[in-house]
Amino acid sequence: MSEAVPALSPEQMRSLLQTMYRIRAFEEKVDELFMRGEVHGTTHLSIGEEATAAGALQALRPDDYITSTHRGHGHCISKGADLKLMMAELLGKETGYCRGRGGSMHIADVASGNLGANGVVGGGIPIATGVGLSIKMQGLDRVCLCFFGDGAANEGTFHESINLAAIWDLPVIFLCENNQYGMSMSVRKAMRCETIAQRAVAYGIPGERVDGNDVFAVYEAVARAAARARAGQGPTLIEAVTYRYKGHSKSDQNRYRTRDEIRAWQERDPIKRLTAYLREHSLMTQEEIEREEAAAYQAIEEAYQFALASPEPDPDSLLEGVYA
Amino acid sequence: MSGPSSLPTTVATGAPQQAEAAQSQVQEMTYAEAIREALREEMRRDPRVFLMGEDIGIYGGAFGVTYGLIDEFGEERVRDTPISEAALAGCAIGAALTGMRPVAEFQFSDFMAIGMDQIVNQGAKLRFMFGGKAQVPVVFRAPLGSGTGAAAQHSQSLEAWFAHVPGLKVVLPSTPADVKGLLLSAIRDPNPVIFLEHKLLYRYKGPVPRGEWTVPIGQAEVKRPGKDLTIIALSIMVPRALAVAERLAEEGIEAEVVDPRTLRPLDEETLIASARKTGRVLIVHEAVLTGGFGGEIAARIAASEAFYYLDAPILRLGGAETPIPYNRTLERRATPQEEDIYQAARRLLQRRPL
Repeated sequence: MSEAVPALSPEQMRSLLQTMYRIRAFEEKVDELFMRGEVHGTTHLSIGEEATAAGALQALRPDDYITSTHRGHGHCISKGADLKLMMAELLGKETGYCRGRGGSMHIADVASGNLGANGVVGGGIPIATGVGLSIKMQGLDRVCLCFFGDGAANEGTFHESINLAAIWDLPVIFLCENNQYGMSMSVRKAMRCETIAQRAVAYGIPGERVDGNDVFAVYEAVARAAARARAGQGPTLIEAVTYRYKGHSKSDQNRYRTRDEIRAWQERDPIKRLTAYLREHSLMTQEEIEREEAAAYQAIEEAYQFALASPEPDPDSLLEGVYA
Repeated sequence: MSGPSSLPTTVATGAPQQAEAAQSQVQEMTYAEAIREALREEMRRDPRVFLMGEDIGIYGGAFGVTYGLIDEFGEERVRDTPISEAALAGCAIGAALTGMRPVAEFQFSDFMAIGMDQIVNQGAKLRFMFGGKAQVPVVFRAPLGSGTGAAAQHSQSLEAWFAHVPGLKVVLPSTPADVKGLLLSAIRDPNPVIFLEHKLLYRYKGPVPRGEWTVPIGQAEVKRPGKDLTIIALSIMVPRALAVAERLAEEGIEAEVVDPRTLRPLDEETLIASARKTGRVLIVHEAVLTGGFGGEIAARIAASEAFYYLDAPILRLGGAETPIPYNRTLERRATPQEEDIYQAARRLLQRRPL
């Protein structure tokens, strides 16, 4: 973990742990539901990447915006989403955040500033830039946090959008979750440069690489970027280095990496590291930590029960929402 | 270049906006000036409205449409962008999603291909994917069409691409009055609107009501009434069809010219009513015939009760199955010209009743 003690209160640290447990519990439940065939379509799990989502959102205010990715459950939970409405959306229910129209890849809660997951790699980056422009033109004291992956860093939208945000000094934080693979393609094979963060130089903005499995490091980097954005100093590119334990989606056979590699990353598990810190600094006892973990799984089970009991959309409502 | 000598006959539709505007001042201006006036009026009225695009500021846009607006509204609201069409499209969508009313200009509609993911996969679908809990009030303006010697990558008519996407509205105004009225409606519409302007129309002149003047999206207009055949024309084909109708009138034939004005949503009632009235239908657009929107119009008419009133098969006239060539003669040959429309109308009239 970061050597410097983060500027977080014990309550905030407990809240981080709660969020990370909730993400993991949610993802595990979703994995189980897909295995059992209870939900159709596909899903992209972020187990192992919890620190990036939780740490980043801890550094923002409730009225800030986020744009998310196809691997976005963690972002959504960290933004404070209602787990019941999330689970209902995954089960395609009318009570879901998007009335069952979007599913896992399109969960959004525009009213709370969550501008949606995105099924297109790099699709949300220009949108986040537009949100930054909107904030600036309206004179609001907000920022937009744009999540994307290492795969998206090779999309044209990445380059076009960061350049645009840079020339206009927009209050956007471009947060790359580098989980090492774009589906099966290793980031080392997908680009010649050493880091994604160094690409910031090309746009004349700060770029920073952090340990994405260290929740405090992510928190601090995003807090610095948010302060810059709020001060009118423009965007920042942050690369959070992390790892996904599960496959890209449910079709993934893990042929492109070894079990040893996965195990090595699991040694640096973000939740293990946070709980170790909390114990070592006597901020939480093992018992309290276990209570927190159990509460998360309990909350997810309640969300699942809510979703199960929720109604399906009325087939006659098919065309609702196409146009305003 | 000048517009048609005879201005299109406007048939009163009884819409309140139009009735109101009939009493207001009318001024002769070009299609490009009418767009500029609409932008200026709406930017004065609504502080959320702003423009973005390549070279739209001091340069005034590739076709000079936004010329001078930067002087009144400044570079914050008349926003020059780098040559980054995907970012342009997505940035406008993000701003629209969070309370602004952007009007994004593409220099040529061909370049919308670069921003297509943002327009089609993002802007058009966000509201639906989010369960109807978001709005994307954005306008994408772009010039389309051939006739300027700009060759294959600057001359296409791709309106059918957009009309195929639920969530988008697609507008192709053909007169200065329509372009102003439809642009005001497009900016005020809570949905993404694809607003396609034929580059040859920019210099056409016509009467334009000053001040508040809106034309509803989704309303076709009979530009010239007639009883012998219906010519349904899109964009630049409207003035060409009107010129042909004039020529036919001298020969004692009354052609009815109908302009759908909006492709999505399509006002099929007006088209079907005209087909039913005249019994003969010619559909003309510049876009390549295969997969062109004329096929959709023909199908709607053929599937309606107008079918029983048709005296001849529906005839479609569209662009040749080729990219637009550079050479002037070939370029003209690639898209329907007045003579082609005239000959097609004649052929249609010669067909005996079924």
